[in-house]
Amino acid sequence: MSVFNIVIAGVGGQGVLLTSKIIAESALQHGYDVKQSEVHGMAQRGGSVVSFVRFGEKVYAPMVSEGEADLLIGFEPVETARYIHFLKETGNVIYNTYRMSSITVSIGAEKYPENIGEIIKNSAKNVYQFSGTSIAIEAGDKRALNIVMMGAAMKFLPFEKNDVLEVIKKTVNKKVVDVNVKAFELGFNSMR
Amino acid sequence: MKAILSGNEAIARGFIEAGGRLVSSYPGTPSTEVTETLATEYKESKIHVEWATNEKVALEVAIGGAISGVRSMACMKHVGVNVAADPLLTVAYTGVNAGLVLFVADDPGMFSSQNEQDSRHYARFAKIPCVEPSDSQEAKEFLKLAFEISEQFDTPVLFRTTTRVSHCKSVVSLSEPSISEVKELVKDFAKYVMLPSNAQKRHVFVEERMQRLKEFAEETSLNLEIEGSNEIGFIANGISFQYVREAFPEASVLKLGLTWPLPENKIKAFASKVKKLIVVEELDPIFEDTIKAMGIRVDVGKNLFPVCGEYSKHLVYEKVSGKKVELKAPVAGLTRRPPTLCPGCSHRGLFTTLSKLKYFVSGDIGCYTLGGLPPFSAMHTCICMGASISAAHGIAKGLELQGIKQKPIAVIGDSTFLHSGITGLIDMVYNSGDAVVVIMNNDTTGMTGGQEHPGTGRTAKGKEAIKLSIEKLCHTIGAKRVRNIDTYNLKELEKIFKEEMETEGPSVLISNQPCVLRYRVAKKALKVNKEKCTACKMCLKVGCVALSLMEEGETKFVQIDPLLCNGCTVCQQQCKFDAIEGGEV
Repeated sequence: MSVFNIVIAGVGGQGVLLTSKIIAESALQHGYDVKQSEVHGMAQRGGSVVSFVRFGEKVYAPMVSEGEADLLIGFEPVETARYIHFLKETGNVIYNTYRMSSITVSIGAEKYPENIGEIIKNSAKNVYQFSGTSIAIEAGDKRALNIVMMGAAMKFLPFEKNDVLEVIKKTVNKKVVDVNVKAFELGFNSMR
Repeated sequence: MKAILSGNEAIARGFIEAGGRLVSSYPGTPSTEVTETLATEYKESKIHVEWATNEKVALEVAIGGAISGVRSMACMKHVGVNVAADPLLTVAYTGVNAGLVLFVADDPGMFSSQNEQDSRHYARFAKIPCVEPSDSQEAKEFLKLAFEISEQFDTPVLFRTTTRVSHCKSVVSLSEPSISEVKELVKDFAKYVMLPSNAQKRHVFVEERMQRLKEFAEETSLNLEIEGSNEIGFIANGISFQYVREAFPEASVLKLGLTWPLPENKIKAFASKVKKLIVVEELDPIFEDTIKAMGIRVDVGKNLFPVCGEYSKHLVYEKVSGKKVELKAPVAGLTRRPPTLCPGCSHRGLFTTLSKLKYFVSGDIGCYTLGGLPPFSAMHTCICMGASISAAHGIAKGLELQGIKQKPIAVIGDSTFLHSGITGLIDMVYNSGDAVVVIMNNDTTGMTGGQEHPGTGRTAKGKEAIKLSIEKLCHTIGAKRVRNIDTYNLKELEKIFKEEMETEGPSVLISNQPCVLRYRVAKKALKVNKEKCTACKMCLKVGCVALSLMEEGETKFVQIDPLLCNGCTVCQQQCKFDAIEGGEV
């Protein structure tokens, strides 16, 4: 197969990197070559965070380029819009509708775009939206959003559900396995 | 067995597989995870892993380890090598006993750094070999080779990555850990005591060693030639190699893994085979200048490729093909989302106050550098680790010479203070300086993700250790005015600042509130009473992402996101209308 390109965007602290790690591990389980890139440090302090995962027979560069992504997983509406030009014509967007203020909004320097849903809808053909945050809270912890997003993204990933569940169980902290399994199931079902 | 590892995790694995025994490091993005991985994933291995007080100490400890007879490594970010440059330039003369590797991670594009220096200069400067991997598998394998080169040529080896190699993950085949042969500690005056008479002889050895390394460069498997079309030939290293492969899969490539010294004959032969020679290297034209000095024509190099910032496969394609790649434009007019202090962070109260009092603030490297951004804009210099205190001292002296009486403020974190702030404070106290030094002790190295240091009372592996008292240390060096402050109490904090500004001589103010991220401090969220809120925006001056100004028809009011608020009450103390409710006392 040709390389499958994924962009995962969100806000520092939302757990974007864990979702990215689970996708990469799942791709390895399925026998693909895989590369994943992310940025640490300063960028993580409540700032915009993006991670790329690419898998296929052979992958060279770790970053996805504009117009190349098969799937965009957005943890927050503005962050989804920020990377939507990375999507290819036929690509899919799946995003969490829960809005997070940025510091520029919080200090009154900028306004959060009220029509962000419209902006996203007008920028891509295949858009799927849902309240991932509400589902995470329903699963038992707001921090399980990343696993909810993983569950929802399964609709577009060539992975076996049970294999991914195994990866999740191995990856997350043992104390929170149950919450995360529930989060995954709820996310998974939300897109069926 | 296969695993997905980041470049840094792979280096840690390579260290174990190479039979490495001693690691001493100072945290710094993007290098931190090598040491973290060794301290956590390989906790049970019989290796010594430590966070050193700074990079100079880290390298010296590793030098000692190598001299003692065990394979040793020091890890740091690019700017850390500046701190470690003194021992580096001389251990190049002494050479090693067991293998010694200095791992350095550069940061093209400056994702989390104050400059984008190219550390390969240090290999040339110190006359030592430089090894560079281009993915995680190579990171692991090349590290093992680096230890072999170190021992074979009696030299420290610079092992260099960039952010994209260190932080990108790729598939790695794991091998069994090996047990390297331990060497004997020997007393060798002529080799290890760098008195001029000995150093003069060792310098000759260094020059001869470089000749032998040049010969080695011609044959080593670290340099790989990929045969392709003879139309274009690329010379590339590290992540640039991956971009070249993706942009021009048909082209010939000479991939350099030993990036200092360069294989002159190999490059000459390669250049003669291709019609156009293109050098792709991020940052400085080190290959290009060296290749040109060999009398070889370089068709494309820094004449088209930038020195600043990082590259991409599109950039490589555009510069080489001359064709513009039409990319979809980003959505215009979106709200920006720069990094910011966490909700509940102890730095927020400090910068809210410093911003209000409009003092001149000499800053430092850490999360608190964010105090320089709006809405605070309360940091006016930030040069390098530890510079806040010494620069504040210089500023005060300079102003005094101009007949101006103005006390500057220095702001520094605990880890940075112990790294190199303490020497500045000793200097200020000794030379009758006059500044207010604020030490924001949050009991961790925050910006790099929460590492231990001498003040936390725990080692890298999490074992209990002697806990250094910053307060006692300040007293010991002779500071007369040392006070504890609570940055969550704005009124009291303002009063203390005003008092200290009125006194003569250095004052040290120490905040001892834990990092909310590292120690998972979670206080109950506050709430805005819409009836009382006048939308005066005073609370927004604390620069917290949990707050946002809402509009409902004609009414404006501030809202607090209960999922983000950490109940620190700093915004509440700003409110003149008691509109923010809740808060633990």
